[in-house]
Amino acid sequence: MPIQRRAFLATAGTAATVGLAGCSSVLGESNGGETGVAGETLTLTTTTSTYDTGLLDALNKPFQEMYGVTVDAVAQGTGAALETARNGDSDVVMVHARSLEDEFMREGYGVNRRDLMFNDFVVVGPESDPAGIQGSSSATDAFAAIAESGSTFVSRGDNSGTHTKELVVWDETGVEPGGNWYREAGAGMGDVLNQASESGAYTLADRGTFLSMESDIELSILVQGPIEGGPELLSNPYGVIAVDPAVHENVNYDLAMAYIGYVTSPKGQQVIEDYTANGQQLFFPRALSEDPDFQQYVPEGWSAESND
Amino acid sequence: MLPTDALAVFADAAAVPVVEFPFESRYLLSTIYVSLYVSVIAVGLSTVASVPLALAVGFSEFRGKRLVTSVINTGMGFPSVVVGLLVLVMVSSQGPLGHLDLVFTKRAMIISQFVLATPPITGIALAAVTGVREDVRDAAFALGGTRADVALTVVKEARYGIATAVLAGFGRAISEVGSVLIVGGNIASANGISKTRTLTTAIRLEARQGRYELALVLGAVLVAVVLVVNAVVVRLGDSKTSAGGGLR
Repeated sequence: MPIQRRAFLATAGTAATVGLAGCSSVLGESNGGETGVAGETLTLTTTTSTYDTGLLDALNKPFQEMYGVTVDAVAQGTGAALETARNGDSDVVMVHARSLEDEFMREGYGVNRRDLMFNDFVVVGPESDPAGIQGSSSATDAFAAIAESGSTFVSRGDNSGTHTKELVVWDETGVEPGGNWYREAGAGMGDVLNQASESGAYTLADRGTFLSMESDIELSILVQGPIEGGPELLSNPYGVIAVDPAVHENVNYDLAMAYIGYVTSPKGQQVIEDYTANGQQLFFPRALSEDPDFQQYVPEGWSAESND
Repeated sequence: MLPTDALAVFADAAAVPVVEFPFESRYLLSTIYVSLYVSVIAVGLSTVASVPLALAVGFSEFRGKRLVTSVINTGMGFPSVVVGLLVLVMVSSQGPLGHLDLVFTKRAMIISQFVLATPPITGIALAAVTGVREDVRDAAFALGGTRADVALTVVKEARYGIATAVLAGFGRAISEVGSVLIVGGNIASANGISKTRTLTTAIRLEARQGRYELALVLGAVLVAVVLVVNAVVVRLGDSKTSAGGGLR
């Protein structure tokens, strides 16, 4: 009996490997062993933007069915998601703050970072636009105008990817944000958009979350991001990183790599491409490129200059 | 032609969330289940620990009794987020309980709610027990009761206070959002079944996205659930009364 079962497993494993050979190179490895990944649970910490827009559910469903596994997605900010991974409590992270990701990689907690997808940030504010930034082609000019006019600006203030980007823009603007007009909400994107809408304030939002909430709030896009021809500074690339099993041996590295393989595969990228909210595409696949940026090897003394 | 169109319209109507029933039933039911599962177990464990503790503190005289009482009462105001963080530090894979793999599970949520529910249950039970008149205790003792008999008599006398204590603990546990969000992770699977999502964290999720109406609907569901649990506990207390009356 056990021999039959083993033969069956081997056949099933081979069949699955052949069937999905194009999707992930890791699959063969994990199914070749006796155990396989079926029935296991992958803990993914991610940002609120991927979760709240509904993309993650669309992306994870086929993965769960394909491998017979469960994905536990925990939506936190980028900073918190990386911190959870640092503590060894998640297997893979999907985040959007390149400087924080680089720090995470440099400290040795992450391996095999892959570019996943991108969208962009937009500067949103009330229709009345007291700072007069509508249609500005420069994020820094817009931020300078907001600071100059002392118009209320709601900051995420939560060490998230969006907050990190906002601080980069302030830095480039040469303005130290502070004072009565600058409010640190310490909250997620949805909360901040609501707060900005209630108080007629400006904020920086990722396009995905803004589009998915647009109909419920009284804010409009005043400065476009690079997707609509805005400044490159507002680009918003998402990365996916496996937690290094050499640092935390409890993490499910096989499954994490299967997941990364899947989300960066043509199939996963197609899900991202096809995902829409209110008829608009929210995220743009980036992993399939003629010149892929694998980020697998980090040389000694590698520096984390932002390369947006 | 017509039936197809009618069907399409029907399908559209089914796909668009309507005000009357904005959530899939399996999502709502699994969320209610997680809320009740975590809170009921946590409060059950907490009651088992709290009532003997309340009896022990209530019956004995020792130096520092006031201090113990004020520590218990202070615990009632302990912020749930802090409890969540402390439990997270314990159960995180780097923490002392890391090998148990508890982080982002219902068990971790039970631990944090146990910590949160114990002070109110102990505190209110202690007040109820202390409120039982001394002559009742004396009478039970005089009738030849052992310590256990005396304790049982006091618990019976104080049952309404103890039931209030349990309900207060339950109310704290099921309405609490800070700690379960941190240690549970607010996880629901991609096909809409809650794993560690409670009604409170689901409310938080909707509110975060500005969907206040949906958040309020969930809030109404939470109130209804608490109401039902209260009714059940009160009913249990009443039936106990009649049973006790029959015996004596």
